Amino acid sequence: MTDTASQARNADKAKSISGYLASHLRDYGLLFALIAIMVFFQIVTDGTLLRPVNITNLFLQNSYIIIMALGMLIVIVGGNIDLSVGSVMGFVGALAAVMIVNWNVPVALTIPACLVVGILIGAAQGYWVAYWKIPSFIVTLAGMLVFRGLSLWLLEGQSVGPFPKSFQLLSTGFIPDVFGVGRPNVTALAVGIVAAGAIVWMGLRKRARNKAYGIEDEPTAFFLIRNAIVAGALLFVMYKLSTFRGLPNVLVTMGILTIIYAFLTEQTTIGRRIYALGGNEKAAKLSGIPTERLTFLTFVNMGMLAALAGLIFAARLNTATPKAGFAVELDVIAAVFIGGASMSGGVGKIVGAVVGAFIMGVMNNGMSIMGIGIDYQQVIKGLVLLAAVIFDVYNKQKQG
Amino acid sequence: MQTLLEMRNITKTFPGVKALDAVNLKVAEGEIHALVGENGAGKSTLMKVLSGVYPKGTYDGEIHYDGQLAGFSGISDSEKLGIIIIHQELALVPLLSIAENLFVGNECATAGVVNWHETFRRTEDLLKKVGLKEAPAAQVDSLGVGKQQLVEIAKALSKDVRLLILDEPTAALSESDSQALLDLLLELKAQGVTSIVISHKLNEVRRIADTITVIRDGATVSTLDARKEPITEDRIVRDMVGRDMSQRYPERPRRAGDMLLEVRNWNAWHPDHAARQVIENIDFHVRAGEVVGIAGLMGAGRTELAMSLFGKSYGRNISGQVELRGKAIDTSTVASAIRSGLAYVTEDRKELGLILEESIQRNVTLANLADVSKSGVINEAEETKVAERYRAAMNIRTPSVFQKVMNLSGGNQQKVVLSKWLFAGPEVLILDEPTRGIDVGAKFEIYGIINELSAQGKGVLMISSEMPELLGMCDRIYVMNQGSFVGELSTDEASQERIMSLIVTE
Repeated sequence: MTDTASQARNADKAKSISGYLASHLRDYGLLFALIAIMVFFQIVTDGTLLRPVNITNLFLQNSYIIIMALGMLIVIVGGNIDLSVGSVMGFVGALAAVMIVNWNVPVALTIPACLVVGILIGAAQGYWVAYWKIPSFIVTLAGMLVFRGLSLWLLEGQSVGPFPKSFQLLSTGFIPDVFGVGRPNVTALAVGIVAAGAIVWMGLRKRARNKAYGIEDEPTAFFLIRNAIVAGALLFVMYKLSTFRGLPNVLVTMGILTIIYAFLTEQTTIGRRIYALGGNEKAAKLSGIPTERLTFLTFVNMGMLAALAGLIFAARLNTATPKAGFAVELDVIAAVFIGGASMSGGVGKIVGAVVGAFIMGVMNNGMSIMGIGIDYQQVIKGLVLLAAVIFDVYNKQKQG
Repeated sequence: MQTLLEMRNITKTFPGVKALDAVNLKVAEGEIHALVGENGAGKSTLMKVLSGVYPKGTYDGEIHYDGQLAGFSGISDSEKLGIIIIHQELALVPLLSIAENLFVGNECATAGVVNWHETFRRTEDLLKKVGLKEAPAAQVDSLGVGKQQLVEIAKALSKDVRLLILDEPTAALSESDSQALLDLLLELKAQGVTSIVISHKLNEVRRIADTITVIRDGATVSTLDARKEPITEDRIVRDMVGRDMSQRYPERPRRAGDMLLEVRNWNAWHPDHAARQVIENIDFHVRAGEVVGIAGLMGAGRTELAMSLFGKSYGRNISGQVELRGKAIDTSTVASAIRSGLAYVTEDRKELGLILEESIQRNVTLANLADVSKSGVINEAEETKVAERYRAAMNIRTPSVFQKVMNLSGGNQQKVVLSKWLFAGPEVLILDEPTRGIDVGAKFEIYGIINELSAQGKGVLMISSEMPELLGMCDRIYVMNQGSFVGELSTDEASQERIMSLIVTE
């Protein structure tokens, strides 16, 4: 009697664990995909991938993609798309170069001016999408051509550079070691420990609150493993960075922006409303949500982040070229979809987009180290994008 | 006279609902046969069975056509035998010409190459037959609804029609267009075309029909021969609504408190056709604790009235005054309408009411995030508490408030929508078809919630196509037809017959 009861209970427990896994497969899948890809390239590149210098490079190479993926995720969650970000990024980089190198405008003035230009570009495109209901695909396709052309015109077809040191710091600078040790860089280590601690602490706090409200929570084993992996990976990366030159400035910018946007999308009313807008625009409108204004703001924000990405990209290359940002929008959009966002809007997470961007970045980097030609690289990246989306759709059909 | 069509014992069931229950219909060759009944009585379902939209095998019963046992597996099957159905929503391609529309899918072509000369010549013939003086090359969306209806009939004629079925052909037409259409039907009859006309307008039915079949609750009630003796509208109305009041409604002490909502001189025009007035000079009021109904047929303009009131969500050039407790309020945007104390529970909860991909919790708080947040940051613990409160109060059956709304049944989804609007704290709730598509048990619960709102002194304006529901729930009923209110009845004087006769006698 008690035997069958306990058997039933065990069966229930097993069912709830497998049910939990099924409904969160996407989240775990993404994390494990990133780990599997890193392990794979670590092996086939004979350990080059995770050398301190290469990890630093990974961040520098992908920072502008990740920064734009933050904005793109919000645009896509809102039910739109922005194809112009690569061109806008190139245009703002060109503008910065012309201002600093040709017109001798101070760096401290150029950076805010360029961000304002990005905001205005976003506003100009968002206006047509939000208030005139012109499909974002068309508006931003036009924007893509317009700003590609304008950067060519601005640079007169030439590369402009180099930049003064103070501008380059935006991208290639490192946070100095406040503890004065230098190598290993104690600041990087300290930041790593604090961040890992914060992640675990916040996870525990959320778990405790969920328990208090009787919310279905992640099984304890999953929680422990997931946090161990995330915190461990963070500490590992920080340790590696500390043995090279420490924390790159862009990593700090990227980290802070990721935290801000994750908070904005998950904890604030404006974030909630963007999800509602993308999920069902008519219902959102009839619930008193100013859908037009929100759509407009998602593009303004995207414009600003594309401008920031443009500055960082130009600073890294130390020159602005007419080809800068070419086809980058595709990498950004791919990162967001690999990260689990839905084309129809209303679904997607900031963390997912960032992990998606890292998956793309590690693949680019790993394949380059292996010496795989750009031709095969494109084919493989395309197939990975398709596989990720098929995985999503398959999962959804199985559940529904 | 020879029988062209006989449908015997047609029974059609959808999951959980018997839409048609042993319906019989007999249509003689060369007559105009009217099919009448309330919304949802099963008229359209019957015609879909006939035309093959519901293919052979998905229903029980027999169809005899032209003396032979028939059964169609698709519209093209029935069209081959000359059975053509013209639906209420016209099936024309607006950006193509009349000629292209007439022959779409049936082009005058050899080996895929269209013979335009032949197409235009035949179009001119057909247009002459239906009395439409338009160029064959005229684009369809440049025509009015009345002329588009004629194009539909011309299209039917191009397919050698023997039995023409029209679903509410005059519903969207003006008086003179309607007359022209009815004349055309009589002329086609003289040429030997048999017609089945579904209509709510009994004066029109009396004018053209030779035989009238009344359907109620999925069953044939009567077949009346109008050639033998004239049939009064009263007689038809009695057959249409004569059901027992079998549904039960929870008791509620009737009370009407102070004046709450007052709307005067409300007007609105169609958003796309600037010349078409959709709402005409409507005045009404709702007192505290009152449940007020709006009765009317589909297309009467009830939803349009509600949406134009609620933040100008429908229509253009909206004008009129809205007062709450004697003070003018701002309803120019949805947000200001909510702030002013209005709430609107939409007719179509999946399309307009819910974010299906999101949780119950997030849907409940959507219209009033301010109350669960502080300077723009949401307090999720507080939000869960709110959602749990409504789950208990509304008896939403779900394992947790984090469940996605799309996984809930219709009745529970409706409770989520109601929760959302109650949490917004309105004084007056407009409920648009609040019990559409939900089962009897859940309906009863929704009625209970409405009564509870009334007890709290809120005003409820209830739009419903189910007349027994309005009679069972409301203190007063406004009757709406073609964009204006054509009558107001208290519960004591209201009956289905009176409401129907207010609607059908224009």
